[in-house]
Amino acid sequence: MAEIMSDNAVDIDRRRFLTGTTVVIGGIGAAVAAVPFIASFQPSARAKAIGAPVEVDIGRLQPGQRITQKWRGKPVWIVRRTPAMIEALKKLDGELLRDPSSENSDQPAYATNAWRSTREEYLILVGLCTHLGCSPNFVPESGASGMGEAWVGGFFCPCHGSKFDLAGRVYGGYPAPTNMTVPPYRFVSDTRIIIGEDKEGAA
Amino acid sequence: MNAVVKQLTGLRDWVDDRFPLVQLWNEHMGQYYAPKNFNFWYYFGVLSIVVLAIQIVTGIWLTMNYKPDANLAFASVEYIMRDVEFGWLIRYMHSTGASAFFIVIYLHMFRALLYGSYKKPRELIWVLGMFTYLALMAEAFLGYLLPWGQMSFWGAQVIISLFGAIPFIGDTLSLWIRGDFVVSDVTLNRFFSLHVIAMPLAIIGLVFLHIIALHEVGSNNPDGIEIKKTKGPDGIPLDGIPFHPYYSVKDTVGVIVFLILFAAVMFFAPEFGGWFLEANNFIPANPLVTPDHIVPLWYFTPFYAILRAVPDKLIGVLLMGASTSILFLLPWLDRSPVKSIRYRGPIFKSALALFIISFFALGYLGTQKPTVELTWMARGLTVIYFGFFVFMPLYTKIDSTKPVPDRLTSK
Repeated sequence: MAEIMSDNAVDIDRRRFLTGTTVVIGGIGAAVAAVPFIASFQPSARAKAIGAPVEVDIGRLQPGQRITQKWRGKPVWIVRRTPAMIEALKKLDGELLRDPSSENSDQPAYATNAWRSTREEYLILVGLCTHLGCSPNFVPESGASGMGEAWVGGFFCPCHGSKFDLAGRVYGGYPAPTNMTVPPYRFVSDTRIIIGEDKEGAA
Repeated sequence: MNAVVKQLTGLRDWVDDRFPLVQLWNEHMGQYYAPKNFNFWYYFGVLSIVVLAIQIVTGIWLTMNYKPDANLAFASVEYIMRDVEFGWLIRYMHSTGASAFFIVIYLHMFRALLYGSYKKPRELIWVLGMFTYLALMAEAFLGYLLPWGQMSFWGAQVIISLFGAIPFIGDTLSLWIRGDFVVSDVTLNRFFSLHVIAMPLAIIGLVFLHIIALHEVGSNNPDGIEIKKTKGPDGIPLDGIPFHPYYSVKDTVGVIVFLILFAAVMFFAPEFGGWFLEANNFIPANPLVTPDHIVPLWYFTPFYAILRAVPDKLIGVLLMGASTSILFLLPWLDRSPVKSIRYRGPIFKSALALFIISFFALGYLGTQKPTVELTWMARGLTVIYFGFFVFMPLYTKIDSTKPVPDRLTSK
């Protein structure tokens, strides 16, 4: 007993080692404890499950018109282009567009062409601007007011001014970096399409 | 009478033996010596505390009737407005308070620019204040989703998408923030939680630190002179007066005038012509249609105009982030030997004037539709905005200054 009482010398190395291990182990514990809180922010199983393909009847869609269908909470547009619109698209190829052949944009292989669809007449797009996700306005008339003289019809994002042509291809000099996204889709018949599913299966 | 006083004194002493009550009072009120020449600009610190209190109290009451559910939220706000006793008043108090908060904070920050209040030794007060400002912006943004109107929905969609511009992790990060593939009920519910619990706690904590740091180094003043340099034989600054009663009384007058203006807006113009409550937010959120003209509330529009001015997604987002975070560096960018604008030269005065003009003009452009001409104007103003900071080390160094007196100049 007397021997222990008189042993007042502090073992600095031992103290430092114990402090160090406590900090490391405690730090690991805190990091692990943070995992459930951070992971809890991720989409829940229910949010992930809502994503089934939707079938749309386009039988009554007239040339020049657009309809909007909700798919995975997002607006999906189906535009029936007029022959004049298709002609205008062909003239646009070149300097005005940022990515005219859709090399850096998001679309299925079967929509990687100048009109960005399987059938020239129908355009199917996720109706969200690739800049910050607003839904652009449909401005189909060429020379529409406020759109500039060269306007041949397309989409205009009211949030930050990005412009797209009637194939969803972005004009250069505006904030949106890529063309609008084409979702996977296929024609079930001439008047019905499925969005979210193609010949390779559901997306 | 004497017996009552004796009883109360006894109670105070009983508490004081167990808690540093008198010491706290003296350090922060009774014997906190503030410069005697505070002017109009010194109201806005206390006013921001007043607005914080208004927001917390009205927020607690709104939470009693609000439903953070995508199917119920919009209708529950209308229920508060139409059916809850005085619900309209409490909500208008909260919505007017949000804009009032930014008005007083911007004026409070402008005061710091005028009198160099961010300069040594008050760098940390400025940094803590900047963190509070960022927390306030987050709080305002989170709260704006809750009414679940069109502007709520699309505003959140845009701001969350900003994070998507970050290379590599962007998409994962914005998905993580939303908790869903689109802004949805999940997003609404978590924003509610952050708005009513997390951010208010953070703001209160930061305000506490801000005030502790202020009372450690002492307040600056319109002359930018350190009053602690000239102390009397009792160790009290000769140009200092105790905060209580001198400034507690002065501030009370300011608070009353402020509350009169606040009440006038709240009762007679709560929407303030669409500036405090936007027309499109009276339409329930529709994930399929973006309103024709989407703008954030006025307090974000200068930064929004900068974002829109840049024809590149990543650079635009980075510049918008930089436009607020560059303010953190102010104490180290300013190389002037004097603090207050009273003793600064013409270059700083012109630079500050240009900066204020660019801030207001950008704020206005942020509310307008982006035409080609306006976008070019916004680009020019963005250059001026950043020029104020980027060239500050240079122009504050070469600028002439007037001699700073030893003592405060006003009576």
